[in-house]
Amino acid sequence: MIRLPLVLVFAALLFSAGVYGVLARRNAVMVLMAIELMLNAVNLNLVAFSASLQDVTGQIFALFVIAVAAAEVGIGLAIVILLFRNRASINVDEVDLLKW
Amino acid sequence: MTAQEYAFLVVAVIGSLAAVAVVTARNVVHAALYLVVALACVGITFLLVGAEFVGWTQILIYVGAIVILFLFGLMLTKAPIGRDTLDHLPQNRIVGAVVALLIFVGLATLLLRVWPIGTTVASQPVAGSTEAIGQSMFRDYVLPFEVVSFLLLAALIGAIVLARKDDGGAA
Repeated sequence: MIRLPLVLVFAALLFSAGVYGVLARRNAVMVLMAIELMLNAVNLNLVAFSASLQDVTGQIFALFVIAVAAAEVGIGLAIVILLFRNRASINVDEVDLLKW
Repeated sequence: MTAQEYAFLVVAVIGSLAAVAVVTARNVVHAALYLVVALACVGITFLLVGAEFVGWTQILIYVGAIVILFLFGLMLTKAPIGRDTLDHLPQNRIVGAVVALLIFVGLATLLLRVWPIGTTVASQPVAGSTEAIGQSMFRDYVLPFEVVSFLLLAALIGAIVLARKDDGGAA
């Protein structure tokens, strides 16, 4: 019995925190954590609208997002570990080999 | 204001502070622990909204599994704990803060204009949501469900292949 805009504003705050993390942090693991915050903001919106519209589809999409996020973290951390092994650094600014 | 709304406000304030702490913490291990608090607050919000299944899934998978993965990632990469010299270049911080603030203010004004807090009615929990999720997921969304499970399998095999040490064998 929570009004929709309250949840949406909380989600917007989580999303903004994630955007700040992606832009400001240079540690690759921190960037992944900030992406998790943004995915959680999206899940919060999906579940809030699911309750608001009385439709369970939003919750199913939230579950799919959780599964895809788990896959993303697994791959992301494997890449970070590989990066550390090859470059001895996980600073995302130093990984610019493919930058034109 | 219902009891759920008061509880939600407390949870939302804690979660927001934790989320800001995640992205501003100087120590990366502390950031991972703040992430636990932020994700748990999101899970509690799911429970308060009435989505029990998603809420418990969130707590099990995020707090139980993903944060542990992050901690392993931090320890395997020997991140510079404590001093954190790489992070927080001033120009990055300023640009990031300005963009994040613009996004938050823009989203919040837009949302509050479309759904004013005073006039929006409280949304009821979806009736029998866990049963309804099961019915819908295994009837209408079977194919996406199988695709997601295959994606997860492929991602985990890929992660093993990527992170495995090559011992000079055929690459």
